[in-house]
Amino acid sequence: MILPLRLEGISFRQIIAPLSLEIAAGPSTIILGANGAGKSVLMRLMHGLLRPTSGEIAWQGQGEERIRRGQAMVFQRPVMLRRSALANILYALELAGVPAAGRERQAMDALREVGLTEVAHRPARVLSGGEQQRLALARAWALHPEVLFLDEPTANLDPGATREIENVIKAFDASGTKIVMSTHNLGQARRLGDEVLFIHQGRLIERAAVDTFFRRPASAEAAAFVKGELPWV
Amino acid sequence: MSELGGIVALSLTVSLLAVLFASLLGLPLGAAIAVGRFPGRRALIVLLNALMGLPPVVVGLLVYLLLSRAGPLGEFGLLFTPPAMVIAQTILVLPIIAALCRQSVEDAWVEYEEQLRSLGAHGLSAALTLVWDIRFSLVTAVLAGLGRALAEVGAVIIVGGNIDGVTRVMTTTIALETSKGDLPLALSLGFILISLVILINAVAYLIKEAAQRRYG
Repeated sequence: MILPLRLEGISFRQIIAPLSLEIAAGPSTIILGANGAGKSVLMRLMHGLLRPTSGEIAWQGQGEERIRRGQAMVFQRPVMLRRSALANILYALELAGVPAAGRERQAMDALREVGLTEVAHRPARVLSGGEQQRLALARAWALHPEVLFLDEPTANLDPGATREIENVIKAFDASGTKIVMSTHNLGQARRLGDEVLFIHQGRLIERAAVDTFFRRPASAEAAAFVKGELPWV
Repeated sequence: MSELGGIVALSLTVSLLAVLFASLLGLPLGAAIAVGRFPGRRALIVLLNALMGLPPVVVGLLVYLLLSRAGPLGEFGLLFTPPAMVIAQTILVLPIIAALCRQSVEDAWVEYEEQLRSLGAHGLSAALTLVWDIRFSLVTAVLAGLGRALAEVGAVIIVGGNIDGVTRVMTTTIALETSKGDLPLALSLGFILISLVILINAVAYLIKEAAQRRYG
């Protein structure tokens, strides 16, 4: 177990003001905020892609390698290598140190989970945007992470593809993986979230259960955000 | 005519071998510089870019000094042989391939970095993954190197010596025949040389295009 994740007085340049919080295993966490609020930067700090300007990020587990392998991240725009869908997952498994004998089965299981079995041998880059994002989820799935970070995974997708992605995320959640997802889509936050971290101008303004957050936002900023965004949900 | 065929064949052999060796060394080198972060990196990039303009006669002179009887590698007796020409052209082409590769990999790294780091790839393994993934774009770097190798005369004439039937290649023949006044022969050789370069580039372009359609 590498959770809980503790951030203590984390700041990043002028983008994230010093904040402290703990992310524990269990219900999924949605990082909510407007564009430019600092959601993506916060997730990159948690995942270790960025180093905080100040403060400390601590996982429960010991050892850099173990901590890295306990997490996976799916980005807004999936980056696929110029090889088949299957080979993209095999590559990730190889980097994760999975023995060669088990890789293919593990990868095919993951492709089945996201409904991409038929395109396993097609070049990943010629798949549609929605399929590539599902492949990115399959790549993460195959790694069996304890924590999955998702950075606005459906921001570039149409409603149909978005629904498919959301279903996979629900399956992830049901399998026991801790979901930490950023979004500015309120409907999505309601559908997938258990608790909300509301970020505004680099500050953590509010942390609440989804229902409470949408029904009775405690801060003026959150109230404005919920109200202002509703017409476009 | 068979003599002409031999000259064309030697030209192609020497330059293709030089490009092969320069690619084997230059592509990983360029990728490593693109992905790596170490002191002196920027100076190295400037140097590498500058070396793209390395004068062939200077390379020829340096290799000549290395391989001549009294030089450090004199005992191998390579001077005035095709292997000496391959060595000189490899040195000439290496910075071109490495510098162009460095630029391509660095551009790709911007797109791939977060994903690869998230998956746990770093250092050389990340660099080689990138090189393989943008292999179709790197064709251009290799072709630039090949063009340089096939076209240059200064290096091969110094270390090869333009010996009839042994180290005579297209460019050295053109230089010789022009100075002898046999302009028609020089011109027709020049025409063959340009046609070959165009042909090689056309084939490489078509392969690259087909591969890019296939893999996206």
